[in-house]
Amino acid sequence: MMFTSSLGRKYVMALTGLFLISFLVVHLSGNLLSLIPDGGLTFNAFTHFMETNLVIKVMEYVLFAGFIIHILQSVVVTLINQRARPSKYAVNAGSASSTWASRNMGILGTIIFIFLVIHLRDFFFELKFGDDELGLDASGNVNLYKEVVETFAMLPYTALYIVAMFGLGFHLWHGFASSFRSLGLMHSKYTPAIVFIGKLYTIIVTAGFIIIPLYWYLVQL
Amino acid sequence: MNLTLKVWRQKNSSAKGTFETYQLDNVDVHASFLEMFDVLNEKLINEGKEPVAFDHDCREGICGTCSMVINGRAHGPLQNTTTCQLHMRHFKDGDTIVVEPWRSKAFPVLKDLVVDRGAFDRIIAAGGFVSVNTGQAPDANTIPVKKEKAELAFDAAACIGCGACVAACKNSSAMLFVSAKVSHLALLPQGNAERYSRVLNMVAQMDKEGFGSCTNTNACEAECPKGISVTNIARLNREYLAASLAAQKK
Amino acid sequence: MALDSKIPAGSLEEKWTRFRSTVKLVSPANKRKLDVLVIGTGLAGASAAASLAELGYRVSAFTFHDSPRRAHSIAAQGGINAAKNYRNDGDSTYRLFYDTIKGGDYRAREANVYRLAEVSGNIIDQCVAQGVPFAREYGGLLDNRSFGGVQVERTFYARGQTGQQLLIGAYQALERQVGLGNVQMYTRHEMLDVVIRNGRAVGIIVRDLITGEIQRHAGHAVVLATGGYGNVFFLSTNAMGCNVTAIWKAHKKGAFFGNPCFTQIHPTCLPQHGDYQSKLTLMSESLRNDGRVWVPKAKGDKRRPEEIPDAERDYYLERKYPSFGNLVPRDIASRAAKEVCDEGRGVGTTGLAVYLDFADAIKRLGQKVVEARYGNLFEMYEKITGDNPYQTPMMIYPAVHYTMGGLWVDYNLSTTVPGLYAIGECNFSDHGANRLGASALMQGLADGYFILPYTIGEYLSGEILAGKNDAKWSEFDEAENAVKSKIERLFSIKGKHSVDHFHRQLGKVMWDDCGMARSKDSLSRAAVEIRKIRDAFWNDVRITGAPNELNPELEKALRVADFFELGELMVQDAMHREESCGGHFRLEHQTPDGEALRHDDQFMYVAAYEYKGDNQQEAMHKEDLKYEVVKPSQRSYK
Repeated sequence: MMFTSSLGRKYVMALTGLFLISFLVVHLSGNLLSLIPDGGLTFNAFTHFMETNLVIKVMEYVLFAGFIIHILQSVVVTLINQRARPSKYAVNAGSASSTWASRNMGILGTIIFIFLVIHLRDFFFELKFGDDELGLDASGNVNLYKEVVETFAMLPYTALYIVAMFGLGFHLWHGFASSFRSLGLMHSKYTPAIVFIGKLYTIIVTAGFIIIPLYWYLVQL
Repeated sequence: MNLTLKVWRQKNSSAKGTFETYQLDNVDVHASFLEMFDVLNEKLINEGKEPVAFDHDCREGICGTCSMVINGRAHGPLQNTTTCQLHMRHFKDGDTIVVEPWRSKAFPVLKDLVVDRGAFDRIIAAGGFVSVNTGQAPDANTIPVKKEKAELAFDAAACIGCGACVAACKNSSAMLFVSAKVSHLALLPQGNAERYSRVLNMVAQMDKEGFGSCTNTNACEAECPKGISVTNIARLNREYLAASLAAQKK
Repeated sequence: MALDSKIPAGSLEEKWTRFRSTVKLVSPANKRKLDVLVIGTGLAGASAAASLAELGYRVSAFTFHDSPRRAHSIAAQGGINAAKNYRNDGDSTYRLFYDTIKGGDYRAREANVYRLAEVSGNIIDQCVAQGVPFAREYGGLLDNRSFGGVQVERTFYARGQTGQQLLIGAYQALERQVGLGNVQMYTRHEMLDVVIRNGRAVGIIVRDLITGEIQRHAGHAVVLATGGYGNVFFLSTNAMGCNVTAIWKAHKKGAFFGNPCFTQIHPTCLPQHGDYQSKLTLMSESLRNDGRVWVPKAKGDKRRPEEIPDAERDYYLERKYPSFGNLVPRDIASRAAKEVCDEGRGVGTTGLAVYLDFADAIKRLGQKVVEARYGNLFEMYEKITGDNPYQTPMMIYPAVHYTMGGLWVDYNLSTTVPGLYAIGECNFSDHGANRLGASALMQGLADGYFILPYTIGEYLSGEILAGKNDAKWSEFDEAENAVKSKIERLFSIKGKHSVDHFHRQLGKVMWDDCGMARSKDSLSRAAVEIRKIRDAFWNDVRITGAPNELNPELEKALRVADFFELGELMVQDAMHREESCGGHFRLEHQTPDGEALRHDDQFMYVAAYEYKGDNQQEAMHKEDLKYEVVKPSQRSYK
């Protein structure tokens, strides 16, 4: 009952959302290592660690579960919400009362989802199942770094990544503080701080994820 | 001022509705939006046509009966204002105004701009009360209530049950309405005994009525004619979570 | 038929206690077999329906609104009186009783009013327990304020929305019983007749406002809680739907109508500004605490208010009533405004308005203090008029607000028809010829929560053996057919004008000739005019649409048709009452300096009217008012 009610579904969205938010921090930290000018040694070492550490391996499944639940739940909620208004308004003036991001979490989420599929194919599966082609670096770790550099030499890929990251940015812009509220955490004293941190986080994470492809694309022009 | 009105006309709940366009001239800028509709209706009657059915009663912004979506906005463009308190001076000569009913599966259209908001009554009947029979009450001053809490409870209790929150929400969610009642009673010691059963029952009824769920867009707060805050929704979330966790196995 | 008010024996203080201890009871098992139909779900109706259901009766509640929470009780701003003496300022049951009797200009029944004051405290207890968020002090206890010119602070309030909060409390209690299955709720159902069998009320005829279906509902008792009839004036502070139909139908079926001409005119309302206007908005009386009322000294002075120097202004309330000044009671303030406007000194485009000026208050207290006290009212004023009252004086004018008259009821709140009860504003009791501020909410809830649930037992205990009432009885056929044929007749007219067209005309006649000041001439004129408009209505009204659908025009037509008949009765009553008292001011009866002049020797009675058939003069019955405790005196506010 608790998780199938309208409110229960919100808790699920919020909890998985916050979990994914925390994952992004780890992911971004790793990615930023690719900017260290050591030919990718640190980056590849980190990748190796992430690939072999037992805790991380377990967390990988939790992470998958998190994504899947977040996505499936959003599909269910969206369908319920669509059905709650069978006949639509002729005039929509949503912008007068709410932000664009808050109204378009579904679209933003879909952009992220499409990106996710491509992204997993390019890097994750490459790493997991395509080891041979990637080769090893000087330290003997799989050279994912090379893949990163090569991928972002291509304009379409780079552009796709950047667009997707903007989608992620807007998604987070609303989602961060929203998750707290869904869990009932709203307080005149603390909420402004949460909102501030949410925006700061969003800007840093979005900028961080954009800088990497942009950097590699520009230096290889 | 002269206006073009595009008004939703629907014969009854099973009929298909459509927009009709009316030209209304010499509208007084000091007339209220509903008085403008009175003038339109008088004109239609004189022409032998059927007047537009719309809900209204007190015309002073407190009964919560009036309910029009004006140019895409519940109760029109003014903040903290019901349709009946919206005056024509906020429109311009030559404007085209589109008027629609509240649109939500849980608020079926009965005729033209009139919708059935019985779902709200059923939600209240499910738990939006304090179970105290007449005559059981102790002396009023035996229950002191912290002034700040009383004020917060009042802010929530100011809800007029008009349904603008549902109309404005892209998901037709009724959470602002439900949360206002849950907050009002949860904040007061009188409501404490039934705190958990109240929120569980009201939310269950809300879901049963076919309202959508909240995605925190804040449109409800922005369009609420009584300025009910979304902090109440957060409180609802909190109350429901606590109640669900505390609930005994049945 | 002699009127029996059934006042219990004993001293004033003992009557209610003794009544409650001796009234016949209905056992819980029997209550389950008794159906009570409650019409109207405002403060009185909702509280009665909830309380009766809690007791175990099977209750059906009806409202023409889409929800019980919409009733016009919701619009009351000021507060609710109760003799709690939380202020330690010497208030008591007796004082509240005395103030109410005096405020009513000695035209109310002592026993009823005393009982009202007695239960006033219980109302506050009940409402607080329900979670009504009354204003509180920092210590967490309830706050009080003074209201309506009384000398104690006994008014409990919830910001400017006391009526709303109390109604929501009663509504929640009612919905709780709906949820428990003890009350069957009928929203968007309008009562169109009472069914009488062997002289007793056995049911009602209602119209489902969505489908147009005419339905019958049988019950062992019918409780009318349908509010006041101020909309007979077309423009009033009442909600658009307020009407007389339910009690008028009851009246035509045998219930006597008490003091129909007693109407309260509220002095601080927004003036009319155009023909399209649909209602008059009330601004809280508290504004007169700091605002000064004035008009220009010269007739037809069209200068802007700021351009008129102090010496050329007439602060007429302060001039005429130096000791009470701007705070004189409602009826006096209203009449004084009318007088200056009649002299041609009114302001605004219509000349039917006076200034309520806060310039001095702002100078004296600063804008901040004024804002704290009246901010929401100023905002509301600006929203409606577009004028900023911090910069320019408000314009106000009196408007019809409350009707003290209504169905005659005895001590049990029973009308002259056994089994038919009237509670709240729709009965005549308790307020005499003028109601004090913050007393309407008190009366509605007293009747519904604490009085009717007891008194109705007296009648229902006798109905246990009567068995179930049957909606198939021929009396139901007759009543239903009458309703149907009236609706058919309205549709068959196919005239040229809308219902509002006629209602507006009726309102103008009532306001001009049977309003704030009445005279034999004006009333004779009104009688003729009303009849003319009524005839025109029945010959030339156009009802669009069909009977079997949601049809607001038909709803209005049925209500307005009754307003015409009521208007005629009001005129008859005002004509007969050759005195001035409370809200009823006869120009022929005033003191040399223009104050109301009562004639206690001739008119210390309730005029209760008996319907005698279409187009017949109604028969007047008198219930003499005996003042055993209070000694009537002339009110003076000089």
